[in-house]
Amino acid sequence: MDTGIIVSGLLCGVLFGYVLENAGFGSGCKLQAQFQLRDWSVFKVMFPAVLVAAIGLEALRSFGLLQPESLYIPTTALWPMLLGGGLVGAGMAVGGYCPGTSAVGFASGRVDALVFLVGLVAGTWVFALAFPGLEGFMSAGQGPDRQTLGDLLGVSNWVVLAALVAAAAGGFFFGGRMERSGPGPVTVEEALGDGR
Amino acid sequence: MSDQHFGAHAAHLHAAPRPFWPPLAAGIALGLVLLATFLFTGHGLGATGFFTLAAAWVGMQAAPAATAANEYLSPMAGAGALSGSWITWQVVGVILGGFLAAATAGRFHVQVEGSRKYGAGRRLLLALAGGMLAGFGARLATGCTSGLGLSGSATLAVAGFVFLGGFFVAGLLVSRLPLLRK
Repeated sequence: MDTGIIVSGLLCGVLFGYVLENAGFGSGCKLQAQFQLRDWSVFKVMFPAVLVAAIGLEALRSFGLLQPESLYIPTTALWPMLLGGGLVGAGMAVGGYCPGTSAVGFASGRVDALVFLVGLVAGTWVFALAFPGLEGFMSAGQGPDRQTLGDLLGVSNWVVLAALVAAAAGGFFFGGRMERSGPGPVTVEEALGDGR
Repeated sequence: MSDQHFGAHAAHLHAAPRPFWPPLAAGIALGLVLLATFLFTGHGLGATGFFTLAAAWVGMQAAPAATAANEYLSPMAGAGALSGSWITWQVVGVILGGFLAAATAGRFHVQVEGSRKYGAGRRLLLALAGGMLAGFGARLATGCTSGLGLSGSATLAVAGFVFLGGFFVAGLLVSRLPLLRK
C-alpha cells in the first residue's frame, strides 16, 4: 500500500474535518437552517473558501508557479450536474447533511449523521442498479473539456473573481440582514441541546 | 434552586461548549486548507468518491456476484480499491479531525440531533431518506458539495457553479415542504 497516499489523505482530511466542525457544519440543524434562511453560515463559509482558494490558484498561475494542466478541473455535464446538485440539496434539506458534513456529524457524536451515511451507501446502490438506464443522460449538456467561467464568458479569470467577490459581499450583506430579522444563526447550545 | 437546575448549571460549568468560529474566519481557514490540498495533490477535497468505493466494498461482502456483475460498481470493487484510494484516507482524516475539534471544544455529544423537533424515529427516517437522495444525486452529478461545489468552484469550473445552483435552489424549495415542519 502506498504510504504517501495515506499520509497525504489523512493530513488533508484532518484539517478539512477540523475546520468543518469548528464552522458548526457537524450540526444538521445548522446546515438545514441555511435553507430556511435563518442561518447563512453555509453561504458565509463556502463562498469565502472558494474565493480564497480560487484567488490563490490564479495568483500562483499568474506568477508561473503552477501549471494549469496539473490542476484537476471538472468538465460540465449540465443536466446531470444540475439535477444531481438538486438532489444533494434536497438531501440536505430533508436529512440535514451532505456527504462530507455527515462524516463530521458522525465524528461529533450524532446518530442521525450515521444514519445519513448509511443512506448515502444505499442511494449509491440504487444509482448503480439504475445505471444502465441513466448512462446516456450522464453526458447530457456536456460542455467543453475543463471549461471555466472565464472560458464561458470570454473574460479573464480575474474579472470573474472580482465579480464573485462582489457577489459574496452582497450575500454577506443581505444574509446578515435576514439573520438579524429572525431568530439568528443556530448557536452551539442549540446544536448540542436537541437530543436532551 | 431545583436539583435539575443545579445539575444543569454544574454541567455547564464543567464543560461549557465553545462557540463555533465566526463564518468568515472559518471560510478563510477552509479556503487555505483547500488551496494547500490543491498544491499538494493537484486536486481538491471530496467525500462522495469514498462512499462509492464503500458501496462497492459493502456489495462485495454482502452480494459478491451481483456487485461483480454491476456495470457501475464492479470497476471499483477490486481488492484493495477502498484502502488504496486517497479519498478513503481523506474521509478517515475528516472523521478524526471532526472528532478532535468537537472533543477539544466540549462539543462531542452523542445525540439524535433534531429529535426535539421531529421525534427521534421520524428524524432518523428523514436522515435515511436524505442520505439516499444525496447518495443518488452525488453519483448523478459525479461529485458532491465538497468535490464539485467547493473544489470544482475553486478552479472556477462551470461544473462547480452548475452544481451549486441546483443545490441551493432545490434545498430552498424542498425545505418548505410540509413534511419537514414540526
